[in-house]
Amino acid sequence: MRFTLEIWRQKNAQDEGRFEVYEVDGISPNTSFLEMLDILNERLIKEGKEPVAFDHDCREGICGSCGLFINGRAHGPLPNITTCRLYMRHFKDGERIVIEPFRAKPFPVIKDLVVDRSALDRIIQKGGYISVNTGSAPDANSIPIPKAVADRAFDYATCIGCGACVAACKNASAMLFVAAKVSHLAMLPQGQPERRQRVKRMVAQMDSEGFGHCSNTGACAVECPAKIPLSAIAQLQRDYIWANLTPDLYAR
Amino acid sequence: MSDILTAPAPAQTRTGISWREGTLLTRNNCPEGELEKRWTRHKDSLRLVAPHNKRKLEVIVVGAGLAGASAAASLGELGYRVKVFVYHNSPRRAHSIAAQGGINAAKNYRNDGDSVWRLFYDTIKGGDFRARESNVYRLAEVSVKIIDHCVAQGIPFAREYGGYLDTRSFGGAQLMRTFYARGQTGQQLLLGAYAALQRQVELGNVQVFYNHDVLDIVVEEGKARGIICRNLITGALHSVPAHAVVLATGGYGNAYYLSTNAKLSNATAIWRACRRGAYFGNPSFVQIHPTCIPQSGEYQSKLTLMSESLRNDGRVWVPRTPGDKRPPHEIPEHQRWYYLEEWYPSFGNLVPRDIASRAAKRVCDMGYGVGPTGRAVYLDFSDAIKRLGKEVIYQRYGNLFEMYEEITGENPWETPMRIYPAVHYTMGGLWVDYNLMTNIEGLYAIGEANFSDHGANRLGASALMQGLADGYFILPYTIGDYLATQLFVKLTTDTAAFREAEKETQQRIDRLLSIQGKRTVDEFHRELGKVLWDECGLSRNAQGLLSAFEQVRALRERFWREVYVPGTGEEFNQNLERALRVADFLELAELMIIDAYHREESCGCHLREEYQTPEGEALRNDEEFAYVAAWEWNGENQPPTLHKEPLKFEFVKPTVRSYK
Repeated sequence: MRFTLEIWRQKNAQDEGRFEVYEVDGISPNTSFLEMLDILNERLIKEGKEPVAFDHDCREGICGSCGLFINGRAHGPLPNITTCRLYMRHFKDGERIVIEPFRAKPFPVIKDLVVDRSALDRIIQKGGYISVNTGSAPDANSIPIPKAVADRAFDYATCIGCGACVAACKNASAMLFVAAKVSHLAMLPQGQPERRQRVKRMVAQMDSEGFGHCSNTGACAVECPAKIPLSAIAQLQRDYIWANLTPDLYAR
Repeated sequence: MSDILTAPAPAQTRTGISWREGTLLTRNNCPEGELEKRWTRHKDSLRLVAPHNKRKLEVIVVGAGLAGASAAASLGELGYRVKVFVYHNSPRRAHSIAAQGGINAAKNYRNDGDSVWRLFYDTIKGGDFRARESNVYRLAEVSVKIIDHCVAQGIPFAREYGGYLDTRSFGGAQLMRTFYARGQTGQQLLLGAYAALQRQVELGNVQVFYNHDVLDIVVEEGKARGIICRNLITGALHSVPAHAVVLATGGYGNAYYLSTNAKLSNATAIWRACRRGAYFGNPSFVQIHPTCIPQSGEYQSKLTLMSESLRNDGRVWVPRTPGDKRPPHEIPEHQRWYYLEEWYPSFGNLVPRDIASRAAKRVCDMGYGVGPTGRAVYLDFSDAIKRLGKEVIYQRYGNLFEMYEEITGENPWETPMRIYPAVHYTMGGLWVDYNLMTNIEGLYAIGEANFSDHGANRLGASALMQGLADGYFILPYTIGDYLATQLFVKLTTDTAAFREAEKETQQRIDRLLSIQGKRTVDEFHRELGKVLWDECGLSRNAQGLLSAFEQVRALRERFWREVYVPGTGEEFNQNLERALRVADFLELAELMIIDAYHREESCGCHLREEYQTPEGEALRNDEEFAYVAAWEWNGENQPPTLHKEPLKFEFVKPTVRSYK
């Protein structure tokens, strides 16, 4: 297969950046999107040109490293998968493909298609956990949790932290990311003691990082490779209102 | 341990491959006495550091996978000052995240007769009696606490309808002791450790340095004093001092180029430690996983693992007629050869990984292989779907089925999966004593980066167990014993050792950039991978290893003459990162080959063709090889020194590992 690639090139954070056009040919339909970029890079290196920088690691859709904005969509034309799980058979022969980094103010470009997503970690730091020290846990089966509840908690817990929800959102909101963690822990008995504080602090951090607000468009859930459902956001909203409007008996 | 000295001994010269005989490694800090009480008594004898003193002690942790993140979080909780270095853009990206199947623990929630002893025995037998009894028993012992802790962290393990934890069976065990979270157990456990780590960051006990590649370990007077790292964004080199350094950098399976490891996984930190004097244990023990999606083309960048848990419900078969090209659904039942069930009736499709991998190779070598390349076997779920229904199978393996379909374009609900073995895990790693300390004082290796618990073969669902055991429940105790002696050491980078190490690192970078040859880093890496896969992979023989040794040396020499690394060192340069890693793989590969050559027996994953039973099973030689090979590096193109740590079996009797 043959493709015309229009790729965002930006030397570093200070550089303005621009699109450059590359042609690739002889690509097997079973090549993954990132392998297609590998092939392009091998050729660019041989021609003495600067290869395209992009993030990647596990290449099986779980580490959350990769993230390209392809033809105007986070992680490309298919819903709910990562870029590394996209294969060239999903494109038409001869197609023109526009490749950009995930664009959002809290995700500054490092180089070409690589962005800094550490803002997401700083949100987790504000309470995306249960405060338990190693060694203090009771027997695992002393906390029975109904299967349906555990399954729902799992569905929310599968977020891979790739940031596609932010890239897909017209407001660059990280609501789905935050909601996934808040909802995961809100489901579980272990998550109750810190539930109010967690939602307040994580949302505050999201705001201070410069992410936008949620306007319930749902674009995030369409792209989310972990298929985090929009019900997570509903859960977050409920918890947020509850945490702010009712008195916290345990507050210091 | 300064008393382990290298005795000068004559170099063993055989054609091409040679090494020097070292000393017997007898001091490994393993306690004596009753097996059940060893860890408890050992813990009680370790030195302690008072809380107000812990604040004065700095620890560097390299890597934030299961072992690194859990160790850093636990050390932070104790009050040490911890610095974590990761080359990823977040500590949540480490490859532990990709582990699918589960985590073993001797909870006996099933009432099926499980116990710490049985988990210990299965693990040591699974490792083909090439691991230490003390270490493996301790692993089984702390496995129980891992599950407790992870549940307390809010990890959503699979549960029964009554709300209690569900377990499943796994290769190499006749019990159901594997806890799981659908097909994403590694992800859930890693996110638990990551969250605990982030909590410590928030509390100010731990600092995490993103996008920092550790390129050297600084050793002064036999003690680890810090690291040299490169900021991947700016290219700047930094010297960082600490009272102790913990390497949790994972395995070196990517030496083979194609493996199930993440693309960035590498051996640089452990290899650089080896060059600084740390011994490398059993480098040739590499696990080849039986259930991976077969390779389809030259451009392929990695192989994808399908969890071994699939073998719980999937049946492995090939057509009874070699070269049968009919699609699988047209092959009637009586013309299907369920070779694992036939060869190993008591374990069937659940034989350990090494056995399943070699069996797949054997049937493919015999011409029974399927798929376009003939290098694959079927993994069929039709019986399980009939028996349990689609819903149950979806609950268990849903994401794996989707992943398979995405990659291959085939629907596993309708047609059997095609699978073939691929490099997956390295049992070998830095040699460590019972305290997880290398022979360099203050330098620790945990998780896959060390050699310790899996012998010559790791059982499924044991890597997660070991990583978390090391990080949560072992290192936090043992490291204090050393740190207690370091209270009055003033940290500084203004020493000859730091200056020297930083200079050497800079020179290495400059040299790579100045070669300006014609071939790319990946071309060399692919070539190295092919040599290792062909000659030091599923099965090995002396002649092949000798040839591989020569090939790798020649390749390394060409690499340093012909490689082209574009860009500069003072910027974000992914090709330079890769070049540094491949340069180290090229050196480590040589040691892997030497180790495979020297071990004239078959054990676990190490099958030497000269040493096998008529049925093709591994033939161990306990008389001569019941030891850990701890290799000391002596310089480029110099024969390494082999130190042997004898393995004593006081509680189990090494038997022929039979799964028939």
